[in-house]
Amino acid sequence: MSLLVKNIIRFILFILVQVYVLSQIPPLHQFITPYLYFLFVLWLPFTISRFSLLLLAFLLGITLDYFLGTPGLHAAPCVLIAYLRPFLINVLISQEGAELNYAEPSIKSMGFAPYGLYVLVFTFIHHFYLVLIEWLHFGNFLYFIGKVTATTGVSLLLIFITEMMFFRKQKFRTNTA
Amino acid sequence: MKNIFIFIRRYFNFLFFLVLQILSIVFLVKYNDTHEAAFANVANEVTGRINTQYNRVESYLHLKENNTLLLEENTRLKNLLGINFENPDSSRVAHLDSLIRDTLGHQRKYIWLPAKVVNNTVSQQYNYLTLHRGALQGVKKDMAVIGPKGVIGTVIDVSDNFSRVMSLLHRNSKVSSMLKKAQVTGSVEWDGKDPHFLTLRNIPKSIPVAKGDSVVTSSYSANFPSNIMVGTVDQVLKDPSSNFFIIRVRTATNFYSIEYVNLVENVQWEEQRRLEAVPVKNQ
Repeated sequence: MSLLVKNIIRFILFILVQVYVLSQIPPLHQFITPYLYFLFVLWLPFTISRFSLLLLAFLLGITLDYFLGTPGLHAAPCVLIAYLRPFLINVLISQEGAELNYAEPSIKSMGFAPYGLYVLVFTFIHHFYLVLIEWLHFGNFLYFIGKVTATTGVSLLLIFITEMMFFRKQKFRTNTA
Repeated sequence: MKNIFIFIRRYFNFLFFLVLQILSIVFLVKYNDTHEAAFANVANEVTGRINTQYNRVESYLHLKENNTLLLEENTRLKNLLGINFENPDSSRVAHLDSLIRDTLGHQRKYIWLPAKVVNNTVSQQYNYLTLHRGALQGVKKDMAVIGPKGVIGTVIDVSDNFSRVMSLLHRNSKVSSMLKKAQVTGSVEWDGKDPHFLTLRNIPKSIPVAKGDSVVTSSYSANFPSNIMVGTVDQVLKDPSSNFFIIRVRTATNFYSIEYVNLVENVQWEEQRRLEAVPVKNQ
């Protein structure tokens, strides 16, 4: 399956799962909102240009927003993590030339610890920024701290489960291929 | 001018990031202020269509729940209907009519009471009716139940405001009956097959029976007054093993549509029963 088709399917699936599964779950607590859709941005290929990365992230966020009726609320954090993604990948990649040898970020291509950190940082940034925008509307510091922590925890759990369930095989690409 | 282009080109990604961020925030703020974000109409149309598809699936999954809700609502609404408010039939109070002896010296034997049928079955092997008249309104066990066209059954259970009637269409029902013309007594039973037909037994083969003869309650029947219509002879079969006919009787009453009935009490039955219960001494 070509990279393009794969990512189009992923885009649709992430939106549908987020809108019709995760957002339909009756809330366990005011602070806990399960988010998974931004994993799409984290899974985009290494080689994607920064412009298309930003554009795709914006599209993802705004699509979700129109489903949930909050235009801009999710688009902003998505664009933020898309903008920061290349910097962190450059810092985290330990293997020389991994971004050339593998297609996209995963446990296999980056190693467990760097990939874990990568997911943790962006999950936190995403939720931090998301709740910050909400906080500017409501204004309750305990709400801010509590929701960022709880939502990040739940999202990390979901991402971990997703990574286990849909293990992405990464082909090692050589220059000769 | 050239420097500006170089600047834009150099920081293009950052500038694009800023533009998207600002766009997002503008969408958000504008939406929160006016609830009319950019492209909202188009977006609503698209998401609405997808939501409709999803809703089709979801509504199917909720059918059971919705059915329960509708049922509850229906029950609640039906409880408000006027037809629910029905008093036990007391249009005739039993003790007013229960004079044993009238002014001309006639001895009263039967008291008739009206009652409304609230439940009725015909499809079982053991069919019952429920009447909206009970012990408080003068119904007693073993009272006869007679419809406008003929015999219906016998009261077997009485509560305060309701009574249970064993219909003629009951495997255990047995009514002492006779052929009206010949005045010969037999008993009417039901074979459990067809609610339109009963079976009359114990009529000797020596008696002339024709199709269409009336079958009425006999004078030996304790709870039924005599000469109440049971049905008409439909078919006469000869039982080869005995001296009796097996007569198929078409019921006078249409058991499918019974609405109002009369309850009949034999006020002298108590005395008769007491006498019959005493063992015979001088034989």
